[in-house]
Amino acid sequence: MSTIQDPIPAPAKSMRFGEAGLLVVFAILAFCSIIVAAKAYSASYAFHAYIFAAASIAAVFAIGNRYMDRPAGPVPQEINGKPNYNFDVVKVGTVLAVFWGIAGFAAGVTAALQLAFPMFNFDTSWFSFGRLRPLHTSAVIFAFGGNVLIATSFYVVQRTSRARLAGDLAPWFVVLGYNLFIVIAATGYLLGITQSKEYAEPEWYADLWLTVVWVTYFLVFLGTVLKRKEPHIYVANWFYFAFIITIAMLHIGNNVTIPVSVFSHKSYIYWSGVQDAMFQWWYGHNAVGFFLTAGFLAIMYYYIPKRAERPVYSYRLSIVHFWALIFIYIWAGPHHLHYTALPDWAQTLGMTFSVILWMPSWGGMINGLMTLSGAWDKLRTDPVIRMMVVAVAFYGMSTFEGPMMAVKAVNSLSHYTEWTIGHVHSGALGWVAYISFGAIYCMVPWLWHKKEMYSLRAVSWHFWVSTLGIVLYISSMWVAGILQGLMWRAYTSLGFLEYSFIETVEAVHPLYVIRAVGGILFLIGGLIMAWNVWMTIRTPLTEAERELALAPAE
Amino acid sequence: MEDATYNALAAFAQTWGLLLFVLGFLLVIAYAFWPGKKRKKEMDDAANIPLRED
Repeated sequence: MSTIQDPIPAPAKSMRFGEAGLLVVFAILAFCSIIVAAKAYSASYAFHAYIFAAASIAAVFAIGNRYMDRPAGPVPQEINGKPNYNFDVVKVGTVLAVFWGIAGFAAGVTAALQLAFPMFNFDTSWFSFGRLRPLHTSAVIFAFGGNVLIATSFYVVQRTSRARLAGDLAPWFVVLGYNLFIVIAATGYLLGITQSKEYAEPEWYADLWLTVVWVTYFLVFLGTVLKRKEPHIYVANWFYFAFIITIAMLHIGNNVTIPVSVFSHKSYIYWSGVQDAMFQWWYGHNAVGFFLTAGFLAIMYYYIPKRAERPVYSYRLSIVHFWALIFIYIWAGPHHLHYTALPDWAQTLGMTFSVILWMPSWGGMINGLMTLSGAWDKLRTDPVIRMMVVAVAFYGMSTFEGPMMAVKAVNSLSHYTEWTIGHVHSGALGWVAYISFGAIYCMVPWLWHKKEMYSLRAVSWHFWVSTLGIVLYISSMWVAGILQGLMWRAYTSLGFLEYSFIETVEAVHPLYVIRAVGGILFLIGGLIMAWNVWMTIRTPLTEAERELALAPAE
Repeated sequence: MEDATYNALAAFAQTWGLLLFVLGFLLVIAYAFWPGKKRKKEMDDAANIPLRED
């Protein structure tokens, strides 16, 4: 805005290489996207090309404006001998995480209602269960979880390295580019664009975009660690590294696809059949292991000690935890393909490693929980700590349940039933979401220079309402799953199946309703958090807080 | 052909692969739990990184 009154920039100012380079890249991308949009085989693909074009043009303007407004010199790495942290990207990531969380929970509630009451399909293909379900999973895992991971990793790596985030535009490219990927993925599902692989539904062009964003993410993270002032790399950063590197490997490996044409959204995987299935579940399970576990363990290792104001219970154990977890998790994927065309030895391998995985998981859980030893009273007095500790307890519970379900005999009962859904949600709601909520409740006051969240009572309400929701959700799904498993395998004395499929659907209907109620409670909890975050950001600083905030680069 | 590939890989995994992983794991344990004041101080310092104000 100020450029209107002051059109001539200081003469010493010149464009940085990154600024000029990105301007050119985005201008070219905008041009190409418009051509693709014009010649696209399908309207939905044209729509995505237009989104890319609009985003590219917006990026050109944003970079240009930023250049006009910024001071001529380089960004200082330190101010008064203290690191000049880049927290603006963290703020944006945190707010986006809250937004996507609500969107993802709402999509989940709708999908749950659709299963109980089909009228919630609204008689349109766009919101039918088959399209809404991947929208829900991607929104909660990649949009909510992903933004939490990017925001917290950028916060933690700066703080524990005592160095400003590497890169000038790169961190912005990571946060905004990642969210563009989310928009492309989410709208694609609703329009019917999917490659039909669980957690890897986005088509080739979205995959390529994500690859570029993710490699940049890795470079920003690595660059920050490389210029650290702290000699030791704190364990949380090790977990973030494992998460970033492994996700890059999995994502690229599982998406080696050849598009039909550059003007078509459709692509085909380079290999097929059981190889594709094996690769998909190697990807799928390690998305759980490295996205939903390693990344959030990094959060556990930073935010719980920080909030409890005591170091992690055993740093030695955390090192063993790290190496054992990453070396064992990577082998566990085949347990998703028990009793399929996958060779028996691969199934057994997956099962065995899943069972071994129980040990590092519980080692980590004990390490997280025991950090509170000697300060257990905080569980009563601090609802944020309570949320994070319950998260770790859920982590322990679902990492016990998982290996058990990976055992072939148990899997023959549990596979394809709602038990799986119950297990996933005890991990996703109990562990991932709760540790994320805890991190958000810690980080929002830190980022906006507040002493505490606007209302700790509201945090307490969030905790109890959503805990009730989780309990309803997972217990109904356990009952539904075992009921289904037993009904499907019941035979009459003459060797016929005892129940028709529709009878099993009828039997689980009340449990579907209970699950939807649980989901609604969880969504209400999320809304309480969104309100609380909004109020914390909006409330003006108190006198004492202002003094702290103005103190040179804390 | 495929059997031969499988057998070769399996033979390697069951011998050298196993040895490599066990040794690697022992190395990690040895590093993490090595007794002595120096290693303890290193670990305590590292554990306190988030708590040191900057």
